[in-house]
Amino acid sequence: MTPASPMKKQTGEWVALMGNPNSGKTALFNLLTGLNQKVSNYPGITVERKMGRAVLNDQCQVQVLDLPGTYSLTPESFDERIVSEEILSWLHGPDRPRVIISVVDASNLERNLYLTSQLLDLNIPVIAALNMMDLVKQNGNPVAPEKLCEELGTAEVLHMSARKNWGVEELKEVIVRVINEPVHGKPDLPFALSGPVRSFLADLTEFFKKEFGYNPRFAWAQALRIITRDSVLDGYLHSQVSGVKLDDKQIKDLQELRDTSISNLKSQGIQPQTLEATLRYRWLDSVLKKAGKLKVEILDRLTPSEKADKILTHPFLGPVIFIGLLTFMFQSIFTWATVPMGWITRGVAVFGEWILDVLPTGTLRDLIVEGIIGGVGAILIFLPQIMILVFFMTLLEDSGYMARVAFMLDRLMTKMGLHGRSVFPMMTGYACAIPGIMATRTIESWKERLVTILVLPLMSCSARLPVYALMIGAFIPHKKVLGLFDAQGLTLVIMYLMGTVTALVLAKIFSYFIHQKGQSSFIMEMPPYRLPLTRSVLRQVILRSKLFVINAGKIIMAISIVLWFLASYPKLEKTNENINPIHHSYAGKIGHAIEPFIKPLGFDWKIGIGLITSFAAREVMVSTLATIYNVEAGGKDVVLLTEALQEDKDPKTGELLYSPLVALSLMVFFVYAAQCMATFAIVRNETNSWKWPFFMIFYMTALAYLASLCVYQGGQLLGFS
Amino acid sequence: MSEQVTIASLETGEIATIEGYLNEQISQSRLVEMGLLPGTPVRMIKKTPLNGPVEIKVRDFYLSLRMRDALNILVKK
Repeated sequence: MTPASPMKKQTGEWVALMGNPNSGKTALFNLLTGLNQKVSNYPGITVERKMGRAVLNDQCQVQVLDLPGTYSLTPESFDERIVSEEILSWLHGPDRPRVIISVVDASNLERNLYLTSQLLDLNIPVIAALNMMDLVKQNGNPVAPEKLCEELGTAEVLHMSARKNWGVEELKEVIVRVINEPVHGKPDLPFALSGPVRSFLADLTEFFKKEFGYNPRFAWAQALRIITRDSVLDGYLHSQVSGVKLDDKQIKDLQELRDTSISNLKSQGIQPQTLEATLRYRWLDSVLKKAGKLKVEILDRLTPSEKADKILTHPFLGPVIFIGLLTFMFQSIFTWATVPMGWITRGVAVFGEWILDVLPTGTLRDLIVEGIIGGVGAILIFLPQIMILVFFMTLLEDSGYMARVAFMLDRLMTKMGLHGRSVFPMMTGYACAIPGIMATRTIESWKERLVTILVLPLMSCSARLPVYALMIGAFIPHKKVLGLFDAQGLTLVIMYLMGTVTALVLAKIFSYFIHQKGQSSFIMEMPPYRLPLTRSVLRQVILRSKLFVINAGKIIMAISIVLWFLASYPKLEKTNENINPIHHSYAGKIGHAIEPFIKPLGFDWKIGIGLITSFAAREVMVSTLATIYNVEAGGKDVVLLTEALQEDKDPKTGELLYSPLVALSLMVFFVYAAQCMATFAIVRNETNSWKWPFFMIFYMTALAYLASLCVYQGGQLLGFS
Repeated sequence: MSEQVTIASLETGEIATIEGYLNEQISQSRLVEMGLLPGTPVRMIKKTPLNGPVEIKVRDFYLSLRMRDALNILVKK
C-alpha cells in the first residue's frame, strides 16, 4: 500500500465559516476550534487557508474553514477575491463544505443578511448564526428566528453571542443535525426577475448550467452577478486559488454573452451594476418585515461610540491623542519590560552555570555554553518587550480604534500616495513586516497596496527591537531629557520615527512612478468601540511570542551553532596571551575582509559578521555578538553582552571600541537595511513578481549605507565620539 | 418643497434620504451592496478638515466615505 497522498489530507466532513468583517466570525472560530488550528497555504501562493478542528459532541468532529470577512461574493479587495474564488472551487470541484455557517451581526441585519442570501444560492445548507444578540437584546426587539428561517430558506437561524460565549453549544448541536439531515435552500431565486431582465440574462444562465453544471438558482445568481463588475469575470479568466480553467471557446462565449446582456439591459435603462443589490435588498426588506423587525431606523440616537468619537476623532484632539498613545506605548515597552528581562537574564546565567557544572570540559560543553546558551539566551531576553508591543497593537485593533485612525489619516495618507487602510498594515509592521504585508490585502487599489508594501519594511519591526534595546541599554545614559522624557525611551521613539517618516516620504516618491490600475476608494465601516476580550488579546500575544521563540529555537540556534564553529576554528596551537584567537578564526577572517567597507560607518569586524548573519533575521545580530564574545571569553562564564560591548577595547590603541556614536550609526543602519529574507519572499508572493523584492533590497541597502555614513561621519565632524 | 443635493452638502447631524447616484462610478456597486439604495435614510455624523473623508450613519451602521464618493450620492432633505 502506498501512503496516503497529500491530496487526501481533507478527509471527512468540513464546514465553512463566513460573514461580514466585524461580525465576530473569528471570535466564533476560536470558540469552536480552541487551539486546534492549522494554517496552510493555497497551492502555489502564500495565501493562508485557516482550518481548525471542532469537537461537536462525543461522536462527531468536523474541520472548520475560516474565510476572510467579506460584504459580498462580488470581490473588491484581494481578501474578497479569495472568498469568491474559494466558492467557485466548491462549485467546480468535488470538495465542498457540508454546511455553511453564516455569521451575522444581529445589530446590523440587512447588510449582513445580504451575504447570507448570496450563500443560499449555492445549494449548500446554510445556518445563520445571529451573533451579538447580547447587544440587540439590550437595545430592543430581536427578530423571531423561526419566521426568519422560514422566509430566508436557511437550515436554521439561531441567536448567539460569541463574546458572552452563549449559544455556541446549541450551534454545535445544530451543525450535527444539519450534517445528518441536510436542509437545502429553495431551488429558485427567492425574488422575481422582471420580464426584460429574465430574457436578457437567459443565455448567460444557460451557459452556466450547460458549461459548468451549475444548479438553476446559482446559474441565475451568477448571471446577475457577472454583469455587475469586471472582477467577477476576472475570477473566471485569471483564477488564483480556485483552479477554475476555461478553454478558449468558453472564454470567448462568456465574454460575448456578458457584453450582450449588459448592453441590452442598458438599452432598457436598467443599471447592471446595481441590479443584483437592488433586487436582494428589496426582498430582504420584505423578509425582515415578516420576521417582525420594526422598520424604525433610529438614525439620530446617539450611540456611546458616537459620543466617544466626538473626542477621539476630533479634528484637532484626535491626532493629538493618537500621537500620545503611540508615545506611551513605546515608553512602556522600555519601562515595563525591565523587570521580566532581569529574570530572563538571571535565568539564562543560572542555566549556563548549571551546564558548566554538570558537563565535563570539552568541545560539547563549549558549544552548548558559548554557542547555544550564549546566542539563544541573548535573544530570549527581548521576549517581554515583544509581548508588550503585540499586546498594545491587539488592543488598538480589537477595540475598533484602528478604523478611526484610518479615518483621521486618510487625507494625509492619500497626499503621501497611500490609503487610509495603509495605516493598520504599517502599524502592524511595528510588530512584524510579514503580517503587515498580508494585511494590505484589504486595500482595494493595486497602486496604493503596492506602495504600502514597498515602504512597509521601513517600519521598525520587533526584530529590530533587540538591536535597538542592546545599543540603547549599553550606550545611551538613563537620564531625563528636557525634564520630561527618558533619554533611552526618547532614542527609541526617534528610531521608530525615522523609519516611519522615511516610509511616508518614499511612498510619495514611489507613487509618482507607479501607474494606477482602477480607481481608488475608501468605503470603510466604522465598527462600534468594543472592550477587547481578554482571551483574544492573550491569544494574539501567545501566538506571536510562540513564533518568536520557535524562530529563536530554530534559525537562531542553527546560526549560533554555525557561528560558534566559524568563530572557534581553526584552533591555534598554543595560546598566546596577546593574540585573540578569534581574529584567526574563519569568522574573524570574514569579518576582517569586509571591515574596509563598513569602517566609514564606524563598524568593526565583529559588527561586520553580525551584518552578514542578520540577513537571515535581524535579531541574529544580537546573538552573533553574544556568541563572539562568549567564544572570546573562553566559556568560563556566560558573558553579559551589554558589559562586553561597553568594555571592549581596541587591541592596538587600547581605546574603547564602541561609542554612543557607533551605537547610533548601527541603529540607523538597522532602521533602513534590507535584512529579513522572509519579508522579501512574502513580497514576491503578494506582488507575483521578483521585480519588487529586488527593487526593495536595492533601495533599502543603499539607504542604510548612506544614512549610517552621514550619522557617523557627520557626528565625528561635529566633534562627537 | 425639495432641492436635490449630495451627501457632501449635509451639515453634521442632518438627516436626508438617498435619491440616487450622479454618475456611474466603480464605488457605486459596493455602496449599493452595503445598502445605500434610493429611499434609504442617512445622517451626517462627521466631516473632516480639508475635504477629507466623511462619516455617515446608514441603516444600522457607521460608514466612512471619501469626499469624491459623497459628492456622487444624491439625497433629498
